[in-house]
Order: sequence, then structure tokens, then C-alpha cells
Amino acid sequence: MSTIAMGHAGAEAAPAEKKGLWSWITTVDHKRIGILYGVTAFLFFLLGGLEALLIRWQLGAPDKTFLSPEAYNQLFTMHGTTMIFLGVMPLSAMFFNYFIPLLIGARDVAFPRLNAYSYWVFLFGGLVLNSSFLFNAAPDMGWFAYANLTSKQFSPGLNVDFWIIGLQILGIASLAAAVNFFVTIINLRAPGMKMMRMPMFVWMSLITQVLLLLAFPIITVALVLLMLDRSFGTHFFVPSGGGDPVLWQHLFWLFGHPEVYILILPAFGVVSEILPVFSRKPLFGYAAMVFSGCFIAFLGFGVWSHHMFSTGMGPMADTVFSLGTMLIAIPTGVKIFNWIGTVWGGSIQYKTPMYFALGFVAMFIIGGLSGVMHASPPADLQQTDSYFIVAHFHYVLFGGSIFALTAGAYYWFPKMTGRMLSESLGKVHFWLMFLGFNLTFAPMHILGLNGMPRRVYTYSAGMGFEFWNAVETAGSLILGFSFLIFIWNILKSLKSGEVATADPWHGATLEWSIPSPPQEWNFAVEPTVDGRDPLWELRRARGGTLPEPARVSGKGIHLPSPSYWPIVTAFGTALTLVGFLMHVTLWVILLGVAITMLGIFSWAFEPADH
Amino acid sequence: MDAQVATHEHAHPGPALYLRVAVILFVMTALEVLAFEVSHRPSMPLHELVQPLLNEILIILSAAKFALVAMFYMHLKQDSKIFSGLFVFPLIIAAVLIVALLLLFSYLRLLHPAA
Amino acid sequence: MAHDTAHALHPPTATGLDTRKLAIWTFIGSECLFFATLISNYLVYKGESLVGPLPHETSQCMLHGQMTTCEPIFEIPLVTFGTAVLLFSSFFVVLALNGAQQGNRKKLIGWLSATVVCGLFFIGMQVYEFYHFYHKGLGYTTNLFGSSFYTLTGFHGTHVTLGVIWLATMLVLAIRGKVPPEKSLNLEIAALYWHFVDVVWIVIFPVVYLMR
Repeated sequence: MSTIAMGHAGAEAAPAEKKGLWSWITTVDHKRIGILYGVTAFLFFLLGGLEALLIRWQLGAPDKTFLSPEAYNQLFTMHGTTMIFLGVMPLSAMFFNYFIPLLIGARDVAFPRLNAYSYWVFLFGGLVLNSSFLFNAAPDMGWFAYANLTSKQFSPGLNVDFWIIGLQILGIASLAAAVNFFVTIINLRAPGMKMMRMPMFVWMSLITQVLLLLAFPIITVALVLLMLDRSFGTHFFVPSGGGDPVLWQHLFWLFGHPEVYILILPAFGVVSEILPVFSRKPLFGYAAMVFSGCFIAFLGFGVWSHHMFSTGMGPMADTVFSLGTMLIAIPTGVKIFNWIGTVWGGSIQYKTPMYFALGFVAMFIIGGLSGVMHASPPADLQQTDSYFIVAHFHYVLFGGSIFALTAGAYYWFPKMTGRMLSESLGKVHFWLMFLGFNLTFAPMHILGLNGMPRRVYTYSAGMGFEFWNAVETAGSLILGFSFLIFIWNILKSLKSGEVATADPWHGATLEWSIPSPPQEWNFAVEPTVDGRDPLWELRRARGGTLPEPARVSGKGIHLPSPSYWPIVTAFGTALTLVGFLMHVTLWVILLGVAITMLGIFSWAFEPADH
Repeated sequence: MDAQVATHEHAHPGPALYLRVAVILFVMTALEVLAFEVSHRPSMPLHELVQPLLNEILIILSAAKFALVAMFYMHLKQDSKIFSGLFVFPLIIAAVLIVALLLLFSYLRLLHPAA
Repeated sequence: MAHDTAHALHPPTATGLDTRKLAIWTFIGSECLFFATLISNYLVYKGESLVGPLPHETSQCMLHGQMTTCEPIFEIPLVTFGTAVLLFSSFFVVLALNGAQQGNRKKLIGWLSATVVCGLFFIGMQVYEFYHFYHKGLGYTTNLFGSSFYTLTGFHGTHVTLGVIWLATMLVLAIRGKVPPEKSLNLEIAALYWHFVDVVWIVIFPVVYLMR
């Protein structure tokens, strides 16, 4: 029998919640940090969306001069960089933060202060990257920054430097967070929660952390080498000094391909939580889901060069990477069939999270299929650098990750805020997003195969591109509008939404056994688990209903103290790297190092518990 | 004192073993440098044998040194297998990365010798 | 309930392993890829330098503004000595840890001091080496060999420096009597990092200095 405290006696009035700006700056509570990640990432996501809308407006008709070529280059580079590093990754991090401890029955992450440090470094990294707009020097060479376009000769401005430093800072945040979540999942699971009983979201998160740990050091080195080329005059990627620009592509995609799975695996996890709950059936093929996830991640390290077929790697390399890439379709297919198997024959609850989760499965299949197409080098040589590729990765990144993350937002919003989102507005949001998304990105397949190149700021009339481009721009406006409805829904719910019970969806996992929103210590009594769907087992044992858990005083529960050293250390870290931004400013670097060291030492010797 | 050492002998091997490992590491380093010198001086004995095998000898010796430090000084031999996994799995990926890049570039230079 | 809160202070972990030790191993695993990428960069560009000086061969190079014949850059005896010192520092730190676990302060402080001195010596060796190589004509941007060599060994040197700072901090704590046996894990974690820095050098030494 699981021991999960439900509505026990001993309930007292909860102590007043900590309030005020200072409490947020010094917080080490994973739930608050999760909310900080969520709000920050959503704002960056809206910024990235705005950049996309400007791009679409420019391309809405031929020969437009709404954007200059320079502005266009900055916008598509910042759109890609923002959506990946400041949008999807930290939105996933919001769920890691808030829900990994809840799903495994822990009171916090393994290192609460390191967790706060990760967030602040992420925030500073995002601000540094976007501050480039103030200097009219936003990165303008594409999110992949191919050498030797990035050399001082071809990109003399600070644009590339902002990109390098911004990403370097963000990488530190990701690595610190990855160590933290990896250790949390391995070591902080509640009694009885064996690895093969963990919720699928936790499994996919664990695999994501492994990918982060192994892929981010590679881009860190690549960025350092590029910075050395630009600021110190080395020739790692400069042919005139014997360097090879293709090495940049290898290093970038050695990181970049695992990064693709870093973006999609958390989404797989979210959907694997939602589909069973709203089908009233356990997840189909749990073990197969786990192993296919591991297999995808492992193969993900061996296929990076499929991004580089057009560099001319030779028939042998092309063949190896092509076969490896096609192989990934197998574990991905296993996942898709398992999701269908989960829903199949279920007692389906047509709630908003389920709409988005099902939308994810459908859209991801389309994106996955076009992906297999350009695994073949001859096909890829036709499709690469065309809108076909843009269509493909938006079907997996938007149709995949964003649909799934939105599903997760609707699913877990009641737990995070204690309020329900409006179902009717949610469904309007879904249909508009679904319609807008497909109108925007489906025609790109056609335009791509008709030869429209990506990353070009306009096209001439009479090329046959006008009609579908106009459709896409109309679609993107619908897509943008759908997010306004989402925001309205959130604001309305926060103000006057229906109060959420602890378990509004009849969920299967531990987070639904505690009040909404959870109290600071999560679990008043440490739960014990003896199955994969602990709450469903408890519900069955209790004859179908569960009492509402009471809010308790939490007297005697030990929690880590708030600390301002994480933000100080994060500031020092960011400052050190900013010192490398403008012609290598030594005093800034030294000041940054000094602040970082001060922060680390104060942190290390700060009593963790009072 | 001695009793304390004896109780800890069980958890962590004692200084005697650490010293033996240190001596072996030192000898292996000497062998590495010796192999290097032999392969670079035709006058030295065994030059013909060592010269073509220098890289292989060095890889084997340094892998052995690496393993000794990891097993005995980093205690992986008696510590949890989870720690070994956390080290060995990234090492495999790292080795594959190095070998793959070297193969890709030597293949590329084979295809385009002029460049 | 009381039982549970008592547990919450030092909850037993799911694996029984210490959380911080798990974290340092996770970090070390991640660092493997960091150095692997730097080593790849060195090896991919090995033999691709357009001008001298070169590691093991005499070559044409620019020195004091004119083309001359440059000597091979590497001088094996010095770096071999540095390598041996770093290896011994690993030996010393396990002895220090052994002392800490036994509550033998003298042993702890003595061997830990020796470790820190070895680390400082290694850094000194590297600084001298860089200075010396520079005067033999190998500037940071002279050729790909110089850039990739200084970058790889420089990052390793940075790690050694951080390790020395960490171990020196532990030494100060040990002298103040703040590393009792029950806190020896603090030293064990620092030592793990130090050994990792050592094994990276075990790879760099033959790959960079000795291999053909």
C-alpha cells in the first residue's frame, strides 16, 4: 500500500506565505524558481514570436521593403536563438523545476541554491543576448553561426560577439541546472520509487539532463574557439591561417543535434503524462517508452553530420550518417505507436490539455516524416536551405515542443496556481493555434520544394511564391492571436478563475496528492510509492474517491534558508563573460571573477540550515 | 592508531597500496618517455621495433595510467558502480567524438588532397 | 510525523550515495566532453600549420621579424618532470584524505600541503614553458599548432589553478581543525576533482608532447 498523506488530522492554519520582491530574489524554493523560469521564458517566447511576425509581415508580399536586409538577418537569427535558448529550453526548465521534485516525492531539488544560481545566470544571459538590440548589433549570421561568415573579416561588428557571449552565459546556466536535476532524479526519489516506476516525464527529463551534460561542453569549446578567432586573432576557423570552417560545423552540430532532442524529449515526457490521465488508462508500453527514449538520445550523438550533407563530406560519411539518421525513426515510431496505444480504447476526457497533447502527436508525426525524407542525402541536397527545412523543423519544434509544452501548461496550471483555466477559452486557443500553425507552416513544404530559399529577406514577384506566402502570413497572425487568448485566459483565471481542487483531472502521479498550489515543503509526510500510478492505486483502494488533502502548518519541517549569494555569484559569472565581449576588457573580467569568487566562498561557508 | 588504520583498510585501501600505484604510475611515465626517445634516435636499441608502434605504445600506457588513477585514487574500484558509469559513459562518448572527427577529417583530406 | 521530520534533516538518499559526491561525478563526466573537444581540435589541426615552429621538427618560422630556421618547440625533460609532480600530487592527496578519515590531523595537513605545493609547481612549470616557447618563436597566433596547444594546455592549467585554490581552502580549514573525519567527504570531493585534472594530463602528456 502506498502511504500518501490525504486529509490527515493535525491540520492547522498555514503560516503566512513569504511575500515581496526580496523573497523572490533570495528564493531557493524549486516551485518559485520554476515560476520565475516560466514567466521569464514566456516573455522571451513572446519576443521571439514578435520577431517571427515581423519576418512574416516582410514576406507577406513580394519585393517588400518593410524590413531592410540587415534587420531581416538580425530578426531571423534572434528568432531562432531566442526560441531555442530562451523559449523552449527554459519553458522545459520551468516544468523540470516545478514538477520533478513533486513527481518523485521530494521536498526540493538536490541543490536549491545552485538551482537559484541557474535561473539568475539564465536571466542575465538572456538579457545580455537581447541587449544587442540596444547597440543595433543583434546577431545576424543565423543561429548556427557558420564559419567563416562569423570571422572578423565578414562580420566586423559586435553582432557575433553578443551571440557568443550570450550563449556562453546561457550554457553555464544549463550545465548547472543539468547537474542539479540529474542528481535530484537519481538520489531524491521517494521510498519505493524505483527507476522503472518513475513517471515518464521524469524519465525523459533525466535523459535530457544527460544530453545537456554531454552536449553543452562541446558548444562551450566551440564558442571559445570562435571567440579566440575573433578577439585574439587565432585561425581555428579561418582558412587563410590553415583553419577549416567545416570544423565549426562539426562542433556546432555535435552539440546541435543532441540539442534537438533536448528540445523535444521533455515534450515527449509531458505528453506521456497527459495522454494516460485523459484516457483513464496507464501509459501503454512503459518500458518500451523508456528504452526508446534512451536509444534516441544515444543515437542522437551519432548523427550530427546529417546537417552537413551539403558540405561534401564524401560518400562514405554521407552513407553512415544517413543510415544512422534513418535508424532514429524506429524508436521515435515506437513512441508514437505507444501514445496511440495509450489512447486506444480509453475513456477519453475531452479537456484542453488532451486537445493539445493529441495535436502534438499528429503534428509531430508530420514533422517526423519530413525529417526522414531529408535523412537521404540526395533528397537533402534538394531540400536543404529551402523552406522545406523550415517547414520540417517548425513541425517538430512548434507542432512538437510548443504544442506539448502548452498542453503541460493547461495540465499543470491548476497545480501551480490553485486556479482552473477556462475550458472554453482553452479550446478556442487550441483551434486557433492549430489552424494558424498549419496555415503558417504547411505551405512552406510546397514553397520549399518549389525552390524558395530560406534566410533571404524577400523574393521577386512572378516566382510563384506570392499566394502561399500570403497564406502563411495570414496564418501567422492567427497563430499570434491565439496566444493573446492564452494570455487572456491566464490573467482571467488568476483574477477570478474557478478554484482548483488538489486533483482536478484524476491524475495518477504524486503531485495531485497535495494541495493546489503546494505548500512550501511539498509533502507534509514523505510519500511511499509501490507502483507506477500511485494515486490511481490509492483511489482504487479507497473505492474511487480521495479526500481533499488539508493544508498543514508545517511546523518542524526543515527547509533550506533563502540566500542572495546565488544571484551575486550569477552576476559575477555573467560579468566575467561580458568582459570578453567588447575588445576584452580586463578590469571587467577581473571584477567579475572577484565577485564570482566572493559569491562562491560566501555560499560555501553560508550555513545551509538555520 | 594501528587499529584505526585496520578499520579503514576495509573501506579504502591503505597507503601501502597507494604507494604501489604511485610507483607503477611513475615507471609507466618513464616508459612513455623512453619509448619516445627510442623512436626518435635511430642509434638506440630496439629503435626499429618501437618507432612504428610509438603511438600504440603511448595509448596503451596512458590508458593504463588513466585506469589506475580512476580505480585506486578515485576509488572507483570499491565505490558504487553508479560512479563508474557516470565516468565511463561520457568517456566512451568522448573517445567516439575524437575518433570520429579524426576519421572524418582524414577522409576529407584524402578526398581533397590539394586542400 | 515527528519521525518524518527528523528524517528530513538528513534524508537517506534513494541510492544510498552522497548527493554531493554524485554531483561531482556528474560534473566530471560532463568535463570529459569539454576536454575531448579541445583534444579533438588539437589533433584535427596537427600537421596543418602553414608556418613553423613545429612541435618535434625544425621548421621555417618568423622570429624577430625575419624568416629563420626554428628549433623544435617541445623539450621533453621539463614537462616530464612536471607530469611526475602532478602524478605525485594525486598520490599525496589520497594520503591526505586517508589522514582526514582517520582523524590524523598531522597526516592530513602534511600531505595536503605537499599536494598544494605540487600543484603550484605544476602551474609554475606551465608558465615557464609558455614563456620559453614564446621566446622560441611560438606566439599564440603564430600557427594552428601554437593556438591549439596553448588553448588546450591553458584550459588544463586553469583547471589546475582552480583545483589548487580549492585544495588550499581545504588546507586552511584543516589547519583550523574544520576537517574532522565526519567531514572528510568535503576533502574527498575536492580530491576527486584533483584526480580528474590529473587524468586529463595523463591523456594530454602523451597525445600532445610524445605522439607522432
